[in-house]
Amino acid sequence: MNAVSVSRRSFLAASLAGGAALTFEAKLAFAAAPGGAEPAMLGVFVSIAPDNTVTILAKNPEIGQGVKTMLPMLIAEELDVAWSQVKIQQADDDGAKYGPQFAGGSMTTPLNWLPARQAGAGARAMLIAAAAQQWGVPAASLTTSEGKVLHAASSRSITYAALAPVAAKMAAPDLEKVPLKSPKDFKIVGKPMKGVDTPAIVRGEPLFGIDAHPPGMLYAAMVKCPVISGTLKRFDDAAVKKEKGVLAVVPITDGEVAAGKHNAVAIVGDSWWRVHKAREKLAVEWDTAGFDGYSTNGYSAMAKAMLAAAPAADLFKAGNADAALAKAAKVVTADYAYPFLAHATLEPQNCTALWHPDGKLEFWAPTQDPGTARGDVAKVLGIDPAAMTIHMTRIGGGFGRRLMSDFMVQTACIAKALPGRPVKLLYDRTDDLRNDYFRPAGWHRMTAGIDASGALVALKDHFITFGANGKPMRAAAMLASEFPGPALPDVHYGVSYLKTNVTTGWLRAPTSNAVAFVFQGFLDEVAEAAGTDLPSLMIMTLGAPRQFPSSDPDEPVFDTPRARGVVEAVTKFAGWTGKRSTTAGKGRGFGFYFSHRGYFAEVVDLTVADGQITIDKVWVAGDIGSQVINPLNAEHQMQGAVIDGIAQALVWQPTEQKAGAVTTENFGDFPLIRINQTPGEVAITWVVTEYPPTGLGEPTLPPVIPAIANAIKDATGKRLRSLPLSLA
Amino acid sequence: MAISLTVNRKPRTVDVEPDKPLLWVLREDLNMPGTKFGCGAGLCGACTVILNGEAVRSCQTALSDAAGKDIVTIEGVAASPVGAKVVEAWTALDVPQCGYCQAGQIMSATALLTATPKPSADEVTAGMAGNICRCATYLRIQKAIAEASKAISGAAA
Repeated sequence: MNAVSVSRRSFLAASLAGGAALTFEAKLAFAAAPGGAEPAMLGVFVSIAPDNTVTILAKNPEIGQGVKTMLPMLIAEELDVAWSQVKIQQADDDGAKYGPQFAGGSMTTPLNWLPARQAGAGARAMLIAAAAQQWGVPAASLTTSEGKVLHAASSRSITYAALAPVAAKMAAPDLEKVPLKSPKDFKIVGKPMKGVDTPAIVRGEPLFGIDAHPPGMLYAAMVKCPVISGTLKRFDDAAVKKEKGVLAVVPITDGEVAAGKHNAVAIVGDSWWRVHKAREKLAVEWDTAGFDGYSTNGYSAMAKAMLAAAPAADLFKAGNADAALAKAAKVVTADYAYPFLAHATLEPQNCTALWHPDGKLEFWAPTQDPGTARGDVAKVLGIDPAAMTIHMTRIGGGFGRRLMSDFMVQTACIAKALPGRPVKLLYDRTDDLRNDYFRPAGWHRMTAGIDASGALVALKDHFITFGANGKPMRAAAMLASEFPGPALPDVHYGVSYLKTNVTTGWLRAPTSNAVAFVFQGFLDEVAEAAGTDLPSLMIMTLGAPRQFPSSDPDEPVFDTPRARGVVEAVTKFAGWTGKRSTTAGKGRGFGFYFSHRGYFAEVVDLTVADGQITIDKVWVAGDIGSQVINPLNAEHQMQGAVIDGIAQALVWQPTEQKAGAVTTENFGDFPLIRINQTPGEVAITWVVTEYPPTGLGEPTLPPVIPAIANAIKDATGKRLRSLPLSLA
Repeated sequence: MAISLTVNRKPRTVDVEPDKPLLWVLREDLNMPGTKFGCGAGLCGACTVILNGEAVRSCQTALSDAAGKDIVTIEGVAASPVGAKVVEAWTALDVPQCGYCQAGQIMSATALLTATPKPSADEVTAGMAGNICRCATYLRIQKAIAEASKAISGAAA
């Protein structure tokens, strides 16, 4: 894969290309034998057992975002069964059969809202057809309820279980024509449903990738090249092989996955603790020539120099920003910056694979994007993608890290060297924090012009990011249509590129988690200079109801009435007056952002004492369309996203790089947020609109970061323009 | 040399290196993967177990230091009256998101409530600050501890 020609949605495109839209076509492939006790399959997702238990396959990876519960809720709703009779099973990766199966971009809801319901409704239609045939009555005279077909005229009823063997042989209904419920009749969708795996989690049952344990499994630890993109020169494993429990040493030199060379030497044996300990006995030499110059300080110095020069390329130009700034009543300018960040999923990267003697490859993998991983593994190892089985495990945190498949390719390389024996590769924490696809750092010089009426009329951004050959690296791009550009007459967004050897990637609400801070932080400065507050400036700039198309054809339009809706909702919810704080150390700030199809506005109250920042309360107003599918999980996601944003604003420290190598050790120098840093309350309100439902795992996150920066300004008078925010 | 210890009220004997951390003994030698590896440095709390009544990081506890001791893990925590109430509250409030840290959270909460059945907010914070939740389920962890505390007091009354 080319190092730079990757759009921020390429994983989506790749995943969609890998599988047809959610289909019903394979429905009879697993039809039950007549009269048999086996569950009868109704479509690819639904099977009904003789005791009327309904098993629904959950097709997407569960990373804690709740899709293993949510997607089956959609199917169960239209199938018209009681939630208590539903059992949920995780599907394997099979894009041709199940449709797109990735967990990314907050796309599961928008991609599946209709097809998943159609799948449930299609299965219901087959059951009704079977009952109509059995009773000799028109299908239209039948209704359903809680797993039964009812015929009111004759007061008859029959369970789905009794119908299922016959129903499974019925002709497939036209999914575009199957009737769907009116939302007012929903019995499952819109109700708070607990996570399907919660009981197993609290019992400590093996669910996660790290818990996979096929019989005869071996363990692998790796000695990784300390410099990403460096390569293996030579190694001597004589001493390692004498260590207790060590069975094999496998060099991984085929590791070029999605633009990153991840060379390593794997030590395989009968215990991960033993092989991990044996690492110190490995003599290894790496070729890291040419990468010494890449460092955190170096990037920062180069970016500062570049900010002062003209951008290398234009991102977006309208009117004449320089001329407009020259005649503006007021000009505001400021530099913003944010650092490289690792994902730090609490479950370290790991994967288990078995190279069967016949050349087939079987995975037990905590992957967010099995379809892309399948292609990556096939390409690097030169094998047939169809000769691969991927079992998807529950995942101990994704946040975008596991959209990448480096750890699966590495595991496949090890498994190939040990045919017939399953092998689990597990990173230690340092491996995990140093070998990531990092959220790239970035720098912005922002300049705004305000006219005599206090309106924002001109805007410039010189964005310094990472790329090569005039193209941004993965997750290092900014949308040319970034608001408020399209709303203004005179705009110039320009970009310049720095190079790096490290791999970059998507971190929850990618690019938005950085750009929201820059734009909403800067607009707060503009509002202050214009003698108003940020919500008022937003309303003024959003202007008349209109839509701004995205510069990325895969991205939705920006709808100003929806944006205005959440701005007004949150200011009302939080009792925003626009007045500056009059209590020393107390501050209030606002932030808005539109990303991943969701409109979110947030208000933060905080206290500053002795340089320490404490978040007191966060108010959130969100518009994700007409329906919150699982309000319980939605609340959990939103609280988590807000606190994740607080962590990025105040707690996380930059991923540092020296002489090409990432130097992070562990959670000491990459601290995560803890219970003592949690806000007292995260209050949530919904703005329900007529649009189809969309996701919220990501779009809730970005606005809280600028809201905190803006609240710190309110509390202390200090404008902080660099993440993490620090008063030290 | 074989080392004996009690895990979830059952006597167990393990014949591995005495410096092997209890975490890996549980996961690899006793087939109990509920206790999780997060950092290997005692910084995240994912590997928390209860050793002779006290919450400890099993990644920092050598097998030799667990010899003869009474260990409780997530697989057995619900057998104690306090552990049962904690697990019940965790389930009722649907605390987990990804769930990876929750074994450690439940063990720390159980140790806290066993020692301090009615903890103050500060005591909850102090007792739980060693456990990281990357999904940030902290607001529900606080609530679940309050609920469990109430249930324990109710049961005792």
